[in-house]
Amino acid sequence: MNVQDFLISPGEACKRSGPHDKIVLSSRVRLARNLKGAPFPGHAKKAERVKSLDILLPVVAGLPQLAPKPFAEPLDKLSAQDKQILVERHLISREHAAKGAGSGLVLNPEESFCVMVNEEDHLRMQALRPGLQLKQAWLALDGLDSALQERVEFAFHTQYGYLTACPTNLGTGIRVSAMLHLPGLVLAEQINQIIQAVNKLGLAVRGLYGEGTEALGNIFQVSNQQTLGESESEIVERLNKVLLQVIEHEENARLSQIEKKPRVLLNHIGRAYGILANAHSISSKETMNLLSLLRLGVDLSLFADLPKAVVNELFLLSQPAHLQLRVTEKLDAEQRDALRADMLRERLRPVQPPDAGKLGAKAE
Amino acid sequence: MQCQVCKKSPATVHLTQIIENQVKKVDLCEACAKEKGVNDPTGFSLADLLLGLGASQKMEEANTATGAEVVCHHCGFTQADFKKSGRLGCSECYHVFADGLDALLKGMHKGTHHRGKVPPSLRKVVNQEARLSKLEAALKAAVAKEDFETAANLRDEIKQAKKSLQST
Repeated sequence: MNVQDFLISPGEACKRSGPHDKIVLSSRVRLARNLKGAPFPGHAKKAERVKSLDILLPVVAGLPQLAPKPFAEPLDKLSAQDKQILVERHLISREHAAKGAGSGLVLNPEESFCVMVNEEDHLRMQALRPGLQLKQAWLALDGLDSALQERVEFAFHTQYGYLTACPTNLGTGIRVSAMLHLPGLVLAEQINQIIQAVNKLGLAVRGLYGEGTEALGNIFQVSNQQTLGESESEIVERLNKVLLQVIEHEENARLSQIEKKPRVLLNHIGRAYGILANAHSISSKETMNLLSLLRLGVDLSLFADLPKAVVNELFLLSQPAHLQLRVTEKLDAEQRDALRADMLRERLRPVQPPDAGKLGAKAE
Repeated sequence: MQCQVCKKSPATVHLTQIIENQVKKVDLCEACAKEKGVNDPTGFSLADLLLGLGASQKMEEANTATGAEVVCHHCGFTQADFKKSGRLGCSECYHVFADGLDALLKGMHKGTHHRGKVPPSLRKVVNQEARLSKLEAALKAAVAKEDFETAANLRDEIKQAKKSLQST
């Protein structure tokens, strides 16, 4: 089956909602696990990788948590475009998308679990939830992992815990992360302070697509870095606490902008709307940054006829691989910018300009 | 002072970060600092950078002290491979390269002992090992206090614990 037929449509996928989803776009927990005795994927020869994949793919696909009928395929069955779509949906990492034969993917129909086989480790299992739901994601993934451990034996060391290819993931193998939309802190120029404070707590702040990527569209990923010496639930709890504080800072930053600099705020949002609704060529980067402001306008109730789900959908549809889906011929960057602008104008045509009068009235 | 990344140019950017009350320092040349995004706090995290540097050096020191290059008998992974990739070759490598590992992990993690989930098949063993190390610590303390009666009891308990650990 084609993965693109399996995926939930962007419109539907963006309707998902969860607690604190004005600021927290999504929560993710991942566990790294490796088979006992088999070489890690980075060091394994192709035949060895294929062997681990042949063991793991059917076992993972057969887990009751992923029923009914998960998508389970080796990556060489997927086109480059398929893989890029999965990256843009945040279902697989960019590193995984670069892999082919000997690596695989298992995804459940709700897209709440996604397991990468032979990424950096034999298994990178992820539980995904909309909004701030780290605890729920961890509990779900813990269950999946336990069910899997009844079927295969993982590499485990009594002192070091679960063994991983990279010592940074050792022990619990857990990476707990949340994707945050923080336009208020960016506009208030407080974002660097927050990032530094979060760093000091041993947590990492990264861009939209994880390690080494830019924070486009005021979207930041916060995750734990340490995996050894603390239990999974302690890590989840710690990150949750920090995130609640970041949320509070973001809310305060938005309120103080409304109070102190309403014109600056309206100017940003109005211009963002103006460009997005009227441009005839627009880059991915500019789109992301302007959509972020549009989303802020929606949060502040400035757009009566623009649901947040639509803004989220536009974020996704503006990405290169999702744009490419609309046409058959291969697009170059310039054509993509034109197509992106056409799509945005079309989708924003029914949307009225931001209603400045709503700004003061907004207090919830 | 040399740049810790390229080891060529003189270091002009000196960065200190306090992560969980531990002071971490790196010295970089301007080009490497820029490349690693030191000036852009959004994309930079010292822990990521430190992993590539101090980590492999520490392990190298520990393992080359014995002379010959260490090779994993199970998968053929070498010290040089680790230095290049920052990754290990297989689960056995954690035993082969154990010598330098604790020092490396100390700088990287909250502790050097796993405190999380344990596979069901090993739960018993892990609990017993934890109990054993607790008893051994208590024995040491008792001997230091010259409380030999307690020490004798503890010694017997340790003997028992070791026996049951071997039988599982």
